[in-house]
Amino acid sequence: MENLRLLFEAPPLSLQILLDGILIGAIFALAAYGMALVWGVTGIINVAQGELVMLGGYAAYFLYRAGIHPLLGVPVAAVLLFLLGWGLYRTVVFRVVDKDLFISILATYGLSILLQQLTNAFFGADVRTAESGFGTLVLLGGAVTIAKIKLVSFAAALLSGAALILFLKRSRMGQAIRATAQNARAARVMGIDTDRVYAWTFALNAAICGASGALVAMTWIVHPYLGLPYTVRSFMIVIIAGLGNVLGVLAAALGLGVAENFAGFILGAEYQTAFVFGLLVVILVWRRFWLARERRYLA
Amino acid sequence: MKLPGARQLALPAAVLAFGIFLPLLAPAYRTQMAFLWVMIVFALTWDLLGGQMGYNSFGNVLFFGVGMYACVVIQRDVHLGYYSALFLGMGAGAALATAVAALIGSGLLGLRGHYFAIGTLGIGIAAAEFTAGWDFVGGGSGMVPPLYPGAVGARESFFYYLCFAIAVFTFPVLRFLYAGRFGLAINAIRDDEDKAEAMGLRTTHYKTTAWCVSAFFLGLMGGVVGNLLGFVDPREIAFASSTYGVWMVLMAILGGKGTLWGPVLGAAVFDVTQELFWKYLLGWQRVALGLLIVVIVVFFPRGILGWARERWPERFGQRAEEPAAEGGT
Repeated sequence: MENLRLLFEAPPLSLQILLDGILIGAIFALAAYGMALVWGVTGIINVAQGELVMLGGYAAYFLYRAGIHPLLGVPVAAVLLFLLGWGLYRTVVFRVVDKDLFISILATYGLSILLQQLTNAFFGADVRTAESGFGTLVLLGGAVTIAKIKLVSFAAALLSGAALILFLKRSRMGQAIRATAQNARAARVMGIDTDRVYAWTFALNAAICGASGALVAMTWIVHPYLGLPYTVRSFMIVIIAGLGNVLGVLAAALGLGVAENFAGFILGAEYQTAFVFGLLVVILVWRRFWLARERRYLA
Repeated sequence: MKLPGARQLALPAAVLAFGIFLPLLAPAYRTQMAFLWVMIVFALTWDLLGGQMGYNSFGNVLFFGVGMYACVVIQRDVHLGYYSALFLGMGAGAALATAVAALIGSGLLGLRGHYFAIGTLGIGIAAAEFTAGWDFVGGGSGMVPPLYPGAVGARESFFYYLCFAIAVFTFPVLRFLYAGRFGLAINAIRDDEDKAEAMGLRTTHYKTTAWCVSAFFLGLMGGVVGNLLGFVDPREIAFASSTYGVWMVLMAILGGKGTLWGPVLGAAVFDVTQELFWKYLLGWQRVALGLLIVVIVVFFPRGILGWARERWPERFGQRAEEPAAEGGT
C-alpha cells in the first residue's frame, strides 16, 4: 500500500499510468475484436488467441533482426499469421466448428499449448523485443514520459482495427461473414459457402492478432508463455462489451489496460498477472449474479 | 443396490492385486508408478464434475495445489514427528481444499458451459500467480517438504502405497455416490439443469457437494504428491494448469467421460504414454503432449469406452439410450 500513498502525493504519476494503460489498451482491443469475430461467426471461443498474438510478435522480431523496421513488420506479420490461421482452420478448427462448445475450447486450448511449446522448442524461452528506434516524449517538464513507439502503436492498432471493420462492411467476403454471423443456415441457403467463410474469419482473426502481436513486440516484450494472459484479456473484454459491439470492445479494452496498469503499480508487478486472472473470475461471477437479478425482474 | 456378482468383482480384484504387486516388478520406477495412481485420482475426480455433472472444469488443479501447500506448510510449522505431521497435513489439506470448494462453489458453479470452463481456468492460474508472489509459502521459488526419515529405498515404497491407498479409497466412494440418489441428481443436472431445477432438485446444493467431494480427494492427494516429488512449486507443480490441469480433462475424455471405469482406463493409458514421451522424446515431450491433446479431442472425443460401447453395444446392455454426447449445451 506504500505505492498507493505515492499516487496521491504525486498526481503526475497517475497521469503517467493512465496514459500507459490507454495506449496498451488499444492493442488489447485488437485481439479482443478478433476473438469476438470468431466467437460470433463460428461459435468457437479461441483459447489459442494469445498464442497468435505471441507468434505475431515473433514474426515482427525476426523481421526486425533481418533488418526490416518493425513498423513495416506489422503488415507482414498480419499476412504471415493470416496464412497460419488459414492452415490451422483447414487442419484442426473446421473439425470442431459444429461440435460441443467444450470440445472446441479444449481443442483450441490444446492448440495453444502446442504453439507455445513449439515456440519454446524452436526459439527458446528468452525474452525478446523489437527496437523501433523511436525516442521518448517528455511532458509536463519531465513528470510524464511516454515512449513515442507507444503512441505510434496506439495509432497503428486503431488503423488496423478500422481496416478490418472496413473490410467487414464493404467487401463481398465481409458481407458474407456478417451474414453467416446473423444466421448460418440462412446464409447457406442463400448460396454462401459457410465453410469458406469460417476459414476466412479464422484467418482474419489470426491476421489481426498477428498485427497486435507485432505491436506488442515493439512496445513491450515477447516470450513463448505470454499467450494465455492475452486470451484471458480478450475474453474478458468480449464478455464486458458483448459480441459485435466495436465501441464497447474499445472502451472495455482501454479500461482494462488502465485498470491493469494501476493494479500492477499498486500491488506490485509480480501480482499483475494474478490481477488479470482474478479480475476474470470476479467479472464472470458478478455477471452471473447480475443476470440472475435481471431474470428476477423479468419474472 | 444389488450385491455385485463374481464377474463384477473380478476387475476390481485384479486391479487391486496389480497395484499391490506392481512395485515388486520394477522397483526402480516406483515414483513413476505412484503417479499412475495420482493420475487415476485426477481423472476420477475430474469426471465427477465434467463427465457426470456436465461441468467442465479447468481449475480442479486449484484444490490439488491448496492441499499440497497446506500439507507442506503444516509439516514446516507444526513440530511433530514426521508421520504425524504428514498425516495431519494431508488431513488439513483435504479440509482446506473442501472449504475452498464450498466457498467458491456457490459463485462459480452458477456459471454455465463455456463461462464455467474459462472461469475455472482463470481461477487456477490466478491461484498460481498469487502463490508465486506470497512469501509466506516461499513465493515463486516454492518450498521443500521435510526429508523422509526412513531408509533410502523405503521412501518410494511408502509414497507409492500411500498414493495407491488414496486411489483405492476414491474409487468405491465415487461408485457408491454414483449408484445412489446423488448420482441420479448430478446426471439430471448434466442432462438438463433447468429441468432438474424445475423438478425441485436443489441443484446448487448438489453441484457444490460434488465439487467438495472432488476437492477433498484432490486436496488429500496434493499433500502426498508434494512429499513424493520432494519439491513444491506454484506454477509447475502445485497449480500447473497447462499440465495437470489439462491432463485431468484429457484422461477422462480419453477413457470415456461419464463412466466409472473410463477415467481409470484413460489415466492408465495416458500415464504410460506420457512416461514414454518423457523417455524417448526428450526436449519435445511437451510439444508431443500438446499435439496429443489436439488429436484426442478432435478425433477421439468419445473416448475408449465410448468407442467400445458403439462397437459392442450388447456388452453394455444395461443402458437403454445414449445420453447425447455431441451437441448438448
